[in-house]
Amino acid sequence: MIYEIRFHGRGGQGTVTAAELLVKAAVAEGKWGQSFPFFGAERRGAPVVAFARISEEKHFLHSQITEPNIIVVLDKKIMEAVDVTDGLKEDGVLVINSSGLFSKESLRNFRICVVDATKIAVSLGLSVAGWVIVNTAMLGAIVKAVPLVKVESIMNAIRNNWPERVGEINAEAARRAYEEATVL
Amino acid sequence: MIQVLTGNHSAAYAALLSNVEVVSAYPITPQTQIVEKIAEFVETGKLKARYVRVESEHSAMAVCIGASSAGARTFTATSSQGLLYMSEMVYWASAARLPIVMPVVCRTLAPPWNIWNEHTDMLLVRDYGWIQFFAESNQEVLDTIVQAYKIAEDERILLPVMVGLDAFTLSHTSEPVDVPEMDLVKKFLPPRANVPYVLDPSNPFTLGNLAYPSHHMKLKFMQHTAMENARKVVLEVDDEWYKIFGRCYSLLDNFMCDDAKVIILTIGSSAGDAKEAAKYLRKRGIAAGVLRVRLINPFPAKEVSDILSKVEAVAVVDRNLSPGNGGIILEKVKSSLYSLKNRPFIKGYLAGLGGKDITVEDYIKIFEKTLESYRKGDSDMEWFSINLEATSL
Repeated sequence: MIYEIRFHGRGGQGTVTAAELLVKAAVAEGKWGQSFPFFGAERRGAPVVAFARISEEKHFLHSQITEPNIIVVLDKKIMEAVDVTDGLKEDGVLVINSSGLFSKESLRNFRICVVDATKIAVSLGLSVAGWVIVNTAMLGAIVKAVPLVKVESIMNAIRNNWPERVGEINAEAARRAYEEATVL
Repeated sequence: MIQVLTGNHSAAYAALLSNVEVVSAYPITPQTQIVEKIAEFVETGKLKARYVRVESEHSAMAVCIGASSAGARTFTATSSQGLLYMSEMVYWASAARLPIVMPVVCRTLAPPWNIWNEHTDMLLVRDYGWIQFFAESNQEVLDTIVQAYKIAEDERILLPVMVGLDAFTLSHTSEPVDVPEMDLVKKFLPPRANVPYVLDPSNPFTLGNLAYPSHHMKLKFMQHTAMENARKVVLEVDDEWYKIFGRCYSLLDNFMCDDAKVIILTIGSSAGDAKEAAKYLRKRGIAAGVLRVRLINPFPAKEVSDILSKVEAVAVVDRNLSPGNGGIILEKVKSSLYSLKNRPFIKGYLAGLGGKDITVEDYIKIFEKTLESYRKGDSDMEWFSINLEATSL
C-alpha cells in the first residue's frame, strides 16, 4: 500500500521540510518515499501545500496526489479559507494543530488526530523571526495517528537535518507531540 | 550511500562527482537550485572548480565553449527560455566538438508564462548536434550526468550532452538516490584526456576559422559519424557503469514490452505512471507494456522498431507540441518504422502540456482507447483530456 499525505501550512512554516523529513525517516527504515511541493506563486504567509508518498516497496509514480490518505494541517486558520478535506479518502485521517477539540460533525466522518503543536513549539522556544515553527512537532503527531514510521526514526531524521542543539530541540518537539497527540 | 535528494540536487551531486573544473551559472526557475548547490560545493571547498557568474544564458554557454576549448571539464544548466536564449552558442558547442555536459530542467515555453513541465524546450534543439537523454528518476539524473562526461569525452564522440529532467516532478521532488563513492567514480571517470584540438599556448593554433565548402561538408560528415557512434558508446559506458555500480539504463527502457500486445511509448518521468497503468492492466489480462525512450538523440530508430514490430498497437504520448504537426516523438517513431513490412497500428496523444498532470488512470484510459481505436482503425492523433466545449478550464 502507498500512503499519500498532503500537508497544509503557510509559506515559511516549514511545510515542505516536514514532507521531506517524513520521507527521510521512511527511507532510513528501508522504505520508499517521495516528497514534493506544489509550486505556484508561493510567498511567506500564504497557504501552501506539500505532498509525500510512503510505501514499503518502490513504485514508479510521479503524478500529483489528489486523493490522499492523510491530511496534515499546520495552521488551523487555513481551514477557514481552504477545504483541507478535498479528495481525502473515506477512511482518511486528519492531523490538526489545535489547542481545542473539534466537533467531529464539522469534518464529517474522518478520523481526527489533534495536537497542540503551537504550545509544544512555544514551550521549546521554536520560533524564527517571530514565526512559531510547528513542522517538527506535527511529524510526531502524524506517526501517532498512523504508524508510518517509528517516532525514533522521525527524531533521527530531524537530528540529521539540523546540527546539535537545534536538532535536539526539534526532535524533542516531535517526541512530545507523539506523546500528547490525541486520536479522537 | 542512499540519500533523499531532489532532481536538482542529484544533478549538482553529479557535477561534484564528475570533478567538473569550470561551472558557468545563470539562474532560471526551476533550474536555479542546481547552480546554487554547486556554488555551496565550491564555497565549502568540496569542489575545486572555477565558478563563473554570467549575465545571460548566452554567455553561460559561451564560457563553457571557451573553457572546454582550453581542455577543462565544464558544466552549466538551464531551462526553457534560457535554453532558447543560449541557442546560438548551443549549436556552436556541438559543431566545435566540445564535450560539455548540461542538464536541462524541461519547462514549458512562454507565453503564457508557465514554469511546469513540458519537453518542447529540449526537443526544439534536437537537431543541434547534442546527444540528448531524458531521465525518469532522480537516480537516473545523477547516473546519466556522470556517464555523459565519459560519453562526451570519448575520442569517437567529442560531442556535448544534454540530460533532460522534468520540471518539478523531478527537479523539486525528493526521492531516494544512491550517491556513488567518489573514489569509484574517479576510477570510472578519470580526468579529461588532453585529446586533439585543446588550446595550448606552447603549440598555438586557431579554432573556428573560415572553412571553404568542401572542408565544411567533410567536417559535417565527421560530426554526423560521431553522433552515429553515440548509440554504441552510450551502451559501452552504461555497461561499465553497471559493472561498478549495479545500475544500467540502456538506450530504451523496456517495461514488459516483450510479450505485449499494446505499448505506450513516451519519455521522461511520467513514463513511471504509464508503467503503473501497465501493471494494473496486466493483472486484468491485458498484455500492456511501456517503452520509454531514454536516448532521444541520436534516436535509437532500429532498437525502437525491433520492439514495436512485435506488437499490435502503439500509443505515442507526446508532452510537447510542434504546432500544426503534433507530437515530435510521434514523427520520430513513425519514421523509424517506415522500412518495416508489417508496421504496428500507431495512435498519437498530446498530453500533459504545460505541466497538466497525467495520472495512472489517464494512462489506463490511453491503453484502452488505443486498443479500441485499433479495432476501429482510427489512428487520428488526439488531444488527451481537454474539454473544448467547456467555458471554464
